[in-house]
Amino acid sequence: MVASKNIPGAAGPGDNPVRKNRLSIRTREAIECYLFILPAILGLLLFYLGPMIASFVLSLTDYDLLTSPEFIGFENYRELVEDELFWQSLRVTAIYSIVSVPVVLALGLFLAVLLNQHVPGTTFFRAVFYLPTIISGVAVAMLWRWIFNTDYGILNLLLDKVGIRGPGWLTDDRFALTSLIITSIWTFGGAMLIFLAGLQGIPSELYEAAELDGAGRWRRFWTVTFPLLSNVTFFNLVLGIIGALQVFTEAFVLTNGGPNNATLLLPVYLYRNAFSYLEMGYASAIAWVMFLIVFILTLIVFRSAPLWVHYQSEGDDR
Amino acid sequence: MTGIDTTQLTPERVTRPRVSRWRTRASGDARARAVALILLIVGAVIIMVPFFWMLSTALKDPSQVYAYPPVWIPDPIRPQNFRDAAELVPIWVFARNSATIIFFVMIGTLLSCSLAAYGFARLRAPGRNVIFMVLLATLMLPSTVTLVPTYIGFNSLGWVNTFLPLTVPAFFGSPFYIFLLRQFYLTIPRDLEESARLDGASSFRIWWNIILPLSKPPLATVAVFTFFATYNDFFGPLIYLNDRDKQTVAVALSYFTGSPDVGPQMQLLMAMATLAIVPSLLMFLFAQRYFVQSIVTSGIKG
Repeated sequence: MVASKNIPGAAGPGDNPVRKNRLSIRTREAIECYLFILPAILGLLLFYLGPMIASFVLSLTDYDLLTSPEFIGFENYRELVEDELFWQSLRVTAIYSIVSVPVVLALGLFLAVLLNQHVPGTTFFRAVFYLPTIISGVAVAMLWRWIFNTDYGILNLLLDKVGIRGPGWLTDDRFALTSLIITSIWTFGGAMLIFLAGLQGIPSELYEAAELDGAGRWRRFWTVTFPLLSNVTFFNLVLGIIGALQVFTEAFVLTNGGPNNATLLLPVYLYRNAFSYLEMGYASAIAWVMFLIVFILTLIVFRSAPLWVHYQSEGDDR
Repeated sequence: MTGIDTTQLTPERVTRPRVSRWRTRASGDARARAVALILLIVGAVIIMVPFFWMLSTALKDPSQVYAYPPVWIPDPIRPQNFRDAAELVPIWVFARNSATIIFFVMIGTLLSCSLAAYGFARLRAPGRNVIFMVLLATLMLPSTVTLVPTYIGFNSLGWVNTFLPLTVPAFFGSPFYIFLLRQFYLTIPRDLEESARLDGASSFRIWWNIILPLSKPPLATVAVFTFFATYNDFFGPLIYLNDRDKQTVAVALSYFTGSPDVGPQMQLLMAMATLAIVPSLLMFLFAQRYFVQSIVTSGIKG
């Protein structure tokens, strides 16, 4: 991978001084490399690997921050199995992810294809669609609360105009999760940008060739665009799944898990256990279950990749 | 670049009558473009309606806020709401807190990530690639998994209710930004460094004098991403900061949302929300060029 360009085989094997000199250069380079990446290595240990292991150890304890942790084995996990709220939060998280992720990907891809048609004002549209992704957060969650307001929200006022009596979007447990999903769909811009990047990498000759073969727009999409974009779809899918399992702000500000736990996403339930009930051990057990879910899902996506991801052979390996 | 050999297709292309093909293509394209443009406009309007409604509410007289049928364009327009909102809460204290945290997070992220990225891109050392792979793997680790132990750690250091848990980690690198910068450094021609190295410059000097000045666009991208992530971060300040006068804009905003239904003085809430998105909006407008390009490069590589 890394060919040494500096000394193109000029030094023979018996050429001792050069060899020695080269070795020392190598050692020096290695030391420098370690120094450069030292903060990152420390960060990896202190903020990722360390806490991950500590999280597992904590999940085997009963710990409330005030008294010292007490080892209780797999008791927390046993409790989780019997905890109806935990199952509820798993269900809510599953529904949220299964609806939100595909819709966001489909919408992102669709608008990316539209943006790739060389229409006037592409930059403007791209910015408009990406804006909600950038401005997400509490301010936007507040805005959605106002839009979803049962009596005065603009959504229900507009529905009223066409003769539909709108539901209590955030107060009715049959609609709260839907509302949360709607807000997440609004932020499809991130996926769209990545799709757009992928589309721009597809050579136009391929489309011309497909067109000559008599392929219509629809066929061209499925025979050229979709296969060549599958690695980008893959990337977006992995990002989407991990993102969906971590949604907190919107659920916290819009509904705080309610009504009737209808929007109790896993991170919200974890937050409640850790910081409202100070059940650090139990919260860690939830965190580990969450980690296992992400791990298994990612594994499935990666394993299934050869079936549907078409990798372009890369000309450059560096 | 692609696995499909396009040269095979050329002869056939030549044999076809060029003119007619061009004509059908052009007219088909024009129609498709028109449809695309209409769909894009409709999409853009739908996307912007919530923002418009936010601004509209923020500028309304209280009597029009809950009016039926809904008033889209406020009459009279009441900019006074913004001043009232700013007087209702110590908005500048929150803004200063956010700015302080963002400042340190940006410096820390830029320094640690560009150093690490240079190490990973250019300097050879045993185990380097393994470390890089592990670093990339952590991108798939939900931050919630590490949350509790990290909190306990900062708590035992006595750092809770200070800015330190929010700023110090930035000095220890961030996998995504390291990846992004490394991809850029790999595209810088080696010749530039080689001559400096022959002159006896250390790697640190090369990084500082050659690499950094060349990588302003990706560094700007990292800075902008850091800005958005830090400014919008809700979870971090929520759990680490207790005192109200230490809060950031994001968490302070959430204090003023009432019950899920009828919030008090919605025009003031929306004025606050509008004020809160102004920094992101400005940053977005100024830096769009940079980071859209970077998503394009990193997206392809991912």
